[in-house]
Amino acid sequence: MNIDKKIATRQSYGEELAKLGEENKKIVVLDADLSSATKTNIFAKEFPDRFINVGIAEQNLMGIAAGISTFGKIPYASTFAVFAAGRAYEQIRNSIAYPNLNVKICATHAGITVGEDGATHQMLEDIGLMRGLPNMTVMCTSDDIQTKWAVREISKIHGPVYLRLCRMATPIIYDISQEFEIGKGIQIGDGTDASIIATGVTVAEALKAQEMLKENNINVRVIDIHTIKPIDKELIIQCAQETKRIITVEDHSIIGGLGTAVCEILAEEYPKKVERMGVKDSFGRSGKAEELMSLYKIDSRAIVNKLIQEYE
Amino acid sequence: MKITNVQALKKIAVEVRKGIIEEVYSAQSGHPGGSLSIADILTVLYFNQMNIDEKKPQDSNRDRLVLSKGHAAPALYSVLAQKGYFDKDLLCTFRKIGSNLQGHPDMRKVVGVDMTTGSLGQGLSAAVGMAIASKMDSAGCRIYCILGDGEIEEGQIWEAVMAAGKNKLDNLCVVLDNNNLQIDGEIEKVGGMNNITEKFLSFGFNVLNIDGHNMDSIIDAFTTAKQTKGKPTIIIAKTIKGKGISFMENKAEWHGKAPSEEQYNKAMEELNNIMIEI
Repeated sequence: MNIDKKIATRQSYGEELAKLGEENKKIVVLDADLSSATKTNIFAKEFPDRFINVGIAEQNLMGIAAGISTFGKIPYASTFAVFAAGRAYEQIRNSIAYPNLNVKICATHAGITVGEDGATHQMLEDIGLMRGLPNMTVMCTSDDIQTKWAVREISKIHGPVYLRLCRMATPIIYDISQEFEIGKGIQIGDGTDASIIATGVTVAEALKAQEMLKENNINVRVIDIHTIKPIDKELIIQCAQETKRIITVEDHSIIGGLGTAVCEILAEEYPKKVERMGVKDSFGRSGKAEELMSLYKIDSRAIVNKLIQEYE
Repeated sequence: MKITNVQALKKIAVEVRKGIIEEVYSAQSGHPGGSLSIADILTVLYFNQMNIDEKKPQDSNRDRLVLSKGHAAPALYSVLAQKGYFDKDLLCTFRKIGSNLQGHPDMRKVVGVDMTTGSLGQGLSAAVGMAIASKMDSAGCRIYCILGDGEIEEGQIWEAVMAAGKNKLDNLCVVLDNNNLQIDGEIEKVGGMNNITEKFLSFGFNVLNIDGHNMDSIIDAFTTAKQTKGKPTIIIAKTIKGKGISFMENKAEWHGKAPSEEQYNKAMEELNNIMIEI
């Protein structure tokens, strides 16, 4: 992991989308007056004829994307996560997921790491909302390399995708040679004291914690779940079998998100205690992203504390 | 094959209405009022106006129809069956377990349905997306979208209207089924929608006000819409909810109610009489 070189996954998204647009003329990008923040403006500048700004109208954003997809195009619709999964939830449900249309919803500014904008803009329930929709693939990428892979990969699968992206710049975790597969988690390390299962911005935090814990002779493995649906059931069960503790960490509510998904699998397949780290049934608040991660106990320090203080 | 004879179109419209009654009666559930009010419009679209071929239902250059007021599914299914997209015998399976004819149109289950609809206010956005896509490809498709007048109380409609105006979608033709009734009563009293013509004009639409049951007027309006360049058209069609069945006409209670056996027989008798008079 390169902690010196940080890049926000929304930036990686925008850059790769413009490259993909060059290669694949079926790609159409839609935004709702946030293109400079979602970074779709990079595509817009290159391909103005395939970029549609609908204005501040997220419900319409989803509907237009649905209609465009029926012509064999691949629309990427972007706005902030709270307006995509929240405001336009029912449009996504009835006009995209139910007819299984090939729309890629790429939602940026997810989680408390939005920072200063505060609770109204910090979407903490989107994974839960999107995960409940039949036909929907739900992804949340953890670094630049993985995001660029995902942006490309989702154009190759048919059907709706919700790709959750973040505002905050995060370290580059992977090598350019790293291989990814939709639905397959990535195991980093093989410690057996605990499995720290993370997604998105918390993967880097889990990796930092992994290093700090080594000094205390606590060996953990980190599991990067970039695809929350379909989730890598086998890997999660294997971790439950091989490690003493299962800890999930996410920049999302502990209700409905990654932690819940892990609980669902283990409750049915391999009953074991799951410790969920995330926002505990509350809204967020204003502050710097790093301060909020500390306050809501989803940073590396919180993970280390959980393991050291509660180490059995 | 396009049918230009108005008498012939009128006869098809009666058959479409009979199909609607058949469906709702068989299901003992469904929405006859708002289906009957668009029977003439749909007949003109599918038999006189749209560039479609029921033998090539997925042809990429075909015209599309989005029934945004998806609860009028009985009318859409009936006209599709008349056109030959599927067997008319299937109409009596409407809303039943195992049938593809869902309560609201499902593009994945029924050949000829261009967009899944049912939740009001969403279809026009999809139609705008289709019109934009067609223009991107210079495909020359015309996109039709049927809205209910109660439906335009949904905020999303006006987001889509704004987008249609901004993008100068002259390949988009919206039809407003202006029967003036929604579930809880008259449009102006329930939701407060008024000055509909002015509202659409202000968003850059070409607005045509017609009698939605006059075949000649309907044909003329669609023809004018095709010739209008640089802006989308809305045809505000004055219609009668329940049109064609005397005891259903202008009654809000027939929005979502099925006829009894006695009412079914009377309805069919009335439609047969209309057929004889044509």
